[in-house]
Amino acid sequence: MNEILQGLIQAFWLILSFDSELITISLRSLYVTISALIISTVIAFPLAALLVVTRFQFRRAIIVTLNALMGLPPVVVGLIVYILFSRSGPLGVLGLLYTTSAMIIAQVIIITPLITSIAHQSMQALWADYRNLLISINISKMQRVVTLMWDSKRALITACLAGFGRGIGEVGAIMIVGGNIDNATRVLTTAISLETSRGDFSLALALGFVLITLAISVSFATHWFGKTERGELW
Amino acid sequence: MFPLRVSDIKINIKSKRLIGPINLQIEQNGISILLGANGSGKTTLLEALHGLRKLSAGKVEWAISHTLAAKEQTFVFQSPIMLRRTVSENLAFPLKVRQISKSVANAEVMMWAKKIGLEHKMKQQAVLLSGGEMQAIAVARALITKPKMLFLDEPTASLDGATKKTIEDILISASNDGTKIMMSTHDLGQAKRLANDIVFMHNGIVEAHCSKEKFLTEPPSKAAKQFLAGDIVL
Repeated sequence: MNEILQGLIQAFWLILSFDSELITISLRSLYVTISALIISTVIAFPLAALLVVTRFQFRRAIIVTLNALMGLPPVVVGLIVYILFSRSGPLGVLGLLYTTSAMIIAQVIIITPLITSIAHQSMQALWADYRNLLISINISKMQRVVTLMWDSKRALITACLAGFGRGIGEVGAIMIVGGNIDNATRVLTTAISLETSRGDFSLALALGFVLITLAISVSFATHWFGKTERGELW
Repeated sequence: MFPLRVSDIKINIKSKRLIGPINLQIEQNGISILLGANGSGKTTLLEALHGLRKLSAGKVEWAISHTLAAKEQTFVFQSPIMLRRTVSENLAFPLKVRQISKSVANAEVMMWAKKIGLEHKMKQQAVLLSGGEMQAIAVARALITKPKMLFLDEPTASLDGATKKTIEDILISASNDGTKIMMSTHDLGQAKRLANDIVFMHNGIVEAHCSKEKFLTEPPSKAAKQFLAGDIVL
């Protein structure tokens, strides 16, 4: 209990004193996760909408696979990305191992199925309402995709937040591919892991509180700017 | 685009026959009313003509290609389908997807909003309006692109007299402006008010297609006589 209190106090102190290391680590965490989130949404939203409005062979298999991949173990993703980008691996020539780029790639692999599945689920429900109208107006498949994405935007924000939550709290994969290198690839989660193994629970807790605050702040900001949960709006 | 020729169409679901075989020819002018009791196959036939239903057999042919015909027709459903947008955005939607200039679209939207008496609710979410208001928006949205053919599936089935009158007036006006209207109803009074010709359906078959006057004075089948007499048609 005492350690939790100490952790809280230290967290406040670290924040109030604008601790440079904390700010650097926090910004790196945000950079990695937001970059991964942007790449994932660019892949996931159109893919989810296409899965809703088109019918083709293996469509159902893709949906089932994406749903299954929501529970993809991050450590396994980390291991696969590590093998791909290690010196002797097929992509070793790119020299991305132990860089934030490799961490972003690992996070993209982890969160894309999650965002796609949530987006697909919400757009599927909307498609059930819209299908006949959009067909009767005779609009193109691309316009259907855009309409579905636009009118599902609030559900898609939720999908983004789920992806952000999974990414910012992820430790296994980014530890393997990033290496937790000081001033290079250390992020909040890997720093917490390191401080815990060193026995500095107060600092680990302080970093944990900062991480939680960051996640909640992003959620608040998203809802605020997305104007969700306001009267007369979806 | 006209005539619309329907040759021996059948629609089955698994081995159950929903409608058919149906042969029909629809000419360009006026309002054709598809009359019949509940379950007689009116909705299925309308959806088949519009291309929303896959035919089990037969052909639906327009005088122009199907691709061109699809651009010139639209459909109003029994339960109005509203986009999760404002009244104004719902009305503007078909114009927007056809890339009509914003100034022209705004003028059209305002004109139609006035016609349906919703100019003071332009910024409200359409789904929050009453059933009658939503149906009026659906009809206006269908007509805003001046289609050559408009299908309506019992659009006034659950509406009060005043709203019904508004929608009927709009349909008469659209018909006078050159839009061919084909509308299903089981409301004999409405058929008398609107129809130029009547297509009478019973048990998935078109039992008669003739002028309104002929249908009313010389009912062509036993079921039609029962329907006109207000008896229960089985």
